[in-house]
Amino acid sequence: MIAFITFVTGLIFGLGLAIAEMTNPAVVLAFLDIFGDWNPSLIFVMGGAVAVGMIGYMIRNRRSKPWLADKWYIPTRQDIDKDLLSGAVMFGIGWGLSGYCPGPGLTALVNNPAEGFYFIGAVIAGSTLYHLRRDGSRAGQPNQAP
Amino acid sequence: MESILTPLSGGLIIGLAVATYLLLTGKVVGISGILAQTLFSKARFLPMLFIVGLLIGGSAYGVLTTQTVPFPEARHPLLLIASGLLVGYGTRLGSGCTSGHGVCGISRLSPRSIVATLTFMAAGIITVAIVY
Repeated sequence: MIAFITFVTGLIFGLGLAIAEMTNPAVVLAFLDIFGDWNPSLIFVMGGAVAVGMIGYMIRNRRSKPWLADKWYIPTRQDIDKDLLSGAVMFGIGWGLSGYCPGPGLTALVNNPAEGFYFIGAVIAGSTLYHLRRDGSRAGQPNQAP
Repeated sequence: MESILTPLSGGLIIGLAVATYLLLTGKVVGISGILAQTLFSKARFLPMLFIVGLLIGGSAYGVLTTQTVPFPEARHPLLLIASGLLVGYGTRLGSGCTSGHGVCGISRLSPRSIVATLTFMAAGIITVAIVY
């Protein structure tokens, strides 16, 4: 059941990205180009996603555990450290260079393979480099998102 | 008006995926983390299923409809490789990307995610202003 839900979540997430045209790096670059011919559409994408996401977290706060799991796996860290900031700066520069973040980059493997294979190959190399540099004993447990 | 409705409906669908996944499985949707789990975690099956779904959902729609903005001509491999290395390393060092920090983190008002999102947005805007 969890496997089916995970697959469908990926499917719906990808569909939302495509409907919002966030799978197209030209649209993302036009959003980041606030000093040029600005396209604000990403604001509405994120606004819509966060609005529904917030409802999800409001329901979550009333429940002791998820419907199909024994506990919540939600990040609890609160500290703003140097890694968070330098990682976000590096990610932002990489994002601005091509217009790809990880989700749209993955869909580019199918939508625009001439770009997707270079980008995702390099994403895998970059995250591998991070895991090699980090304490080897913890290499089997990558960070959960935030 | 149409230029608002399309991105808004895409965003609502993304939010629906994030919220139902949270309430059913208890987990956040962070694509950079899910990709890393397929590479470095022993539990690869579920993250791989997610990515297969993402690839189908993210490409089928484009096949079935016409996109308003054409995809870019393939750009120089070095630009894409530099971009990918920074995205790959940066999202691991900073524990998340546009989905994990930008959507899930802001939805639960995480201070780390709000700071990270403002930071990578600013870095992206400055990069585009310089490069393009």
